[in-house]
Amino acid sequence: MQAVDVKGLLERHRHDPTRLVQMLREVQAAEGWISPTRITELAGALGLPRARVEGVAGFYAFFATTPVGAYRVLFSDNITDRMLGSVALRERLCAKLGVGPGEVRADARVSVAVTSCTGLCDQGPALLVNGHAIGRLTDARIDLIARCIEAQAPVEAWPPELFRIDDVIHRKDLILSSSLRPGEALRAAFARGADATLEELLRSGLRGRGGAGFTTGEKWRAAKLAPGPTRFVVCNADEGEPGTFKDRVLLSRYLDLVLDGMTVCGFAIGAQKGFIYLRGEYLFLQAPIEAALAARRKAHLLGRDVLGHRGFDFEVELHLGAGSYVCGEESALIESLEGKRGIPRSRPPYPVTHGYLGQPTVVNNVETLVAAALVTVNGGAWFAKHGTAKSPGTRVHSVSGDCARPGVYEFPMGLTVQELLDACGAKNAQAVQVSGPSGTLLGPAEFRRKLAFEDVATAGAFTIFGETRDLLDVSVNFAHFFAHESCGFCTPCRVGTTLLKKSIDAIAAERGTRRDVKVALRLAVLMRDTSHCALGHTACAHFLALHEKFKPTIDRRLSSLEFLPTFDLDEALAPAREVTGRDDGQAHLEDT
Amino acid sequence: MSAPKRKLKVATTSLAGCFGCHMSLLDIDERILKLLELVELDRSPLTDIKHCGPCDLGLVEGGLCNAENVHVLREFRKQCKVLVAVGACAINGGLPAQRNHLDVRECLTSVYRTVPNDPELPLPLDHVHPINDVVRIDYSLPGCPPPADALWQFLTDFIAGRTPSLGHGLIHYD
Ligand SMILES: Cc1cc2nc3c(=O)[nH]c(=O)nc-3n(C[C@H](O)[C@H](O)[C@H](O)COP(=O)(O)O)c2cc1C
Ligand code: SF4
Ligand code: SF4
Repeated sequence: MQAVDVKGLLERHRHDPTRLVQMLREVQAAEGWISPTRITELAGALGLPRARVEGVAGFYAFFATTPVGAYRVLFSDNITDRMLGSVALRERLCAKLGVGPGEVRADARVSVAVTSCTGLCDQGPALLVNGHAIGRLTDARIDLIARCIEAQAPVEAWPPELFRIDDVIHRKDLILSSSLRPGEALRAAFARGADATLEELLRSGLRGRGGAGFTTGEKWRAAKLAPGPTRFVVCNADEGEPGTFKDRVLLSRYLDLVLDGMTVCGFAIGAQKGFIYLRGEYLFLQAPIEAALAARRKAHLLGRDVLGHRGFDFEVELHLGAGSYVCGEESALIESLEGKRGIPRSRPPYPVTHGYLGQPTVVNNVETLVAAALVTVNGGAWFAKHGTAKSPGTRVHSVSGDCARPGVYEFPMGLTVQELLDACGAKNAQAVQVSGPSGTLLGPAEFRRKLAFEDVATAGAFTIFGETRDLLDVSVNFAHFFAHESCGFCTPCRVGTTLLKKSIDAIAAERGTRRDVKVALRLAVLMRDTSHCALGHTACAHFLALHEKFKPTIDRRLSSLEFLPTFDLDEALAPAREVTGRDDGQAHLEDT
Repeated sequence: MSAPKRKLKVATTSLAGCFGCHMSLLDIDERILKLLELVELDRSPLTDIKHCGPCDLGLVEGGLCNAENVHVLREFRKQCKVLVAVGACAINGGLPAQRNHLDVRECLTSVYRTVPNDPELPLPLDHVHPINDVVRIDYSLPGCPPPADALWQFLTDFIAGRTPSLGHGLIHYD
C-alpha cells in the first residue's frame, strides 16, 4: 500500500467533481481503503460538502470506508460460482490464511469476503484480489493464492497465469464473425450522412440489447431532436446482471466495433463526447481500452475532425464502476458518471432528453452499439433479414451453469430455449434462468419458447440448472443478491429485499411456514408494484416464479406448524449464558 | 357505536418499550371512560394483574430483548384471540434494536465488573427482535407511539366488529 499523492490525483482529474468516483477508485487502489482524512481532503479541494463525498464513498461496494486487508479477497458469489464449489474454496482459503469470513486478519494482511457476480460464470469459480480477477479456481490455485499472500508478493508479481481470462466463443453469427476494420463503420456513416445513417438504423429495427428492448433508431432520433447545446453517447458496459458476460467478450475481442458504434452514434445525433461505463470487476479491460482509445486518437478515429470529416469532433472517456449493480440502470449510471451515488432518477424525463449533465444522452448496451456499427456498413435490410419480425438480428448469449460447453453463443433472435440447451450440451436441465436473477425462470414445459422480445425477453444471460440442483438454493442466492444491491432509495425495495431475503432464508433453513410463504408473496407483489426503479420491480420475480412453477421445492422445506419463530431462540441466549456462566432452566428457551 | 353484548376482555403489556405507547393510550383522555364501559382490562400495567387470562384482544408494546419478554409474549399469544403489535418497537424492534450491531457479551462485560448471574434476572437475547419474529401477529399499529386517535379508532372499530382501518391523518399524512 502506498500513500496517494492527493495533489497529483486532483490535477490528473482536472479538479472535476464528475470524476469523483474515479478519484475514489484510485485512492482505494493505492491505499486499500478510503480514510476520513482523504474524504475531507477531496471534499475541500473539489468544493463539495463533505457529506456528499462520504456518501459516494459509502455507496459503492468496492470502496472500503474502514480498513480492509492489504490483500482484499472478494469471492464472486453468483449461483454459478456456488454450483462450482466456491463456498468450499472460500472456506479453504480462510482456513489456510487463518482468517474468518468477512473479517480482517489481526495483522491486517488479508480479508476474505464475497461480492456479487464478477462475470466469469463460464470460467468460475472466481474471485477478485485487490480488484484483479482470478477465475477457474481449484484447490491448487487457492493454495497458490494463499502462498502469494503469505509471501507478501505484490499482486502485480503473482504468476500471470492466475489472471488469464478466456474469451470462450462457441458460436458466431453476424456480430462475432464480423471482420470489419477499425473505422470502417465510421466511413460508411460519413458516406451516407447523419440522417441516412439514422434511417438505416430505423430500417434495421434494431432493439436495445441491454434488457428493455427499446428501438435503438428511435432512441437516437429522440436524442438528436431533443433541444440542448450538446449531446452525449454512453456505452453501458456495466454488465452487472449475474450470469451475463458477453459484453466482456465483445469489449475484449471486438472493441473497435464498439467504439465505431459509439462514434457513429455521435455522428448521427450530433454528440462530441462519449463515455464507456465499465464495471469495476472488469479492471483487466481498462488498459486494453485505454490503449485502443490512444490508438484511435493516433489514427484520427477520435479527436478533432474525425477521419478528416470537417466539424465532427468526438472523444471517448473511460469510467470505471466500483461494484454496484444498480449503476447499470441508465439513469443511475449517469448519476455515477457525474460523480454521485448511483441512485436511479425519476423517469421521465428520460436520458434521451435529460441525461448526462442534463443534456440529451443516448445510453446503449455494448452489443447494441456493435450491432449499430454493422447496420451502418451493411444496411438495415441486411440486418432485418435475420431473427424475427419483432426482434431483428442476432443475440449474443452468455451460457453458464450445468452444461458441457459454457461460454458465448451468437444465434439469430427467436432461437428456442431447447435449441440453445442442445447447442451447449445441457442434458437433463430442470430449469433455465433467462436474463439473470431479474429475468425469467423456465421449466421444461417452456423450453419450446423463443428467446426474443415478443416471447422470452433476455439481456443475454442463460443459466442452466441440472436435475440434481435444488432451485430453492437459487432463490436464496438471488434474494441475497438483491438485498445487497438495492440502492436503498425507496422503501419498498430497501426494506422489501431484506424481508424477502429473511423469509427465503427461513424457508431454506426449514423454519418457514405456509403463512410465511403467503406473506412473502404479498410482499413480492408490493415490491413489484410500488418500487421506484426496475431493480425493485424485478427483485422478487425469482420467488414468484419459483412458487408458480416449482412449488414443491418450497413446500418440502416448510414446517407443518402454523407458526415458527424466525430464529433459534435458545441459540440467541447463548452469548448471555456465556458471560453469566448460567445454565439454569431460566437460561434457556424452547423453540415453540 | 353499537354496544356489544358482553364486555370484551383486553390485556396490554409493555415488553422492550418505553411505555410511550401506553401513555398514548391514556391520551385518549375522557374517552377512556367510554372505553371502560365496553371493555374489561385483564393483565395490564393499569391493573397490575400478573398473568393473563383468556382475552379477546391483546395489545403489545415493545419488542423482544430478553427471555422474559418471550415468555410474556407467548402467554399473550396463548390467551388472546387477537394480538396487536403496537408501535415501532413491537413492529420493528424500534429504538432498543439500536443495540443490534453491538455484541451482547461486550455490552455486559463492559458495563458490569462481574456480570450478575442471578437466575431471577432474565437473560438478554443476542439481538432485539420484533414480536412477529416469535409469535403470529394479527394487526400492527404503526407509530412511535401511534397517536391516541389511531388507538381509539382501532379499538372502536374492533369493538364494533369492523375490520380496523386507519384512514387519512392517522397512518398517512401527505
Ligand atoms: C438494475 C438494472 C441494471 C441494468 N444493468 C444493465 C447493464 O449492466 N447493461 C446494460 O446494457 N443495461 C442495463 N440495464 C438497462 C439500462 O437501464 C438501459 O435500458 C440500457 O442500457 C439501454 O441500452 P439498450 O437500449 O442498448 O438496451 C439495467 C437496468 C436495470 C434496471
Ligand atoms: S427500487 Fe431499489 S434500486 Fe431502485 S431506487 Fe428503489 S431502492 Fe433503489
Ligand atoms: S414505539 Fe415509541 S413510544 Fe412505543 S414503546 Fe417504542 S419507543 Fe416507546
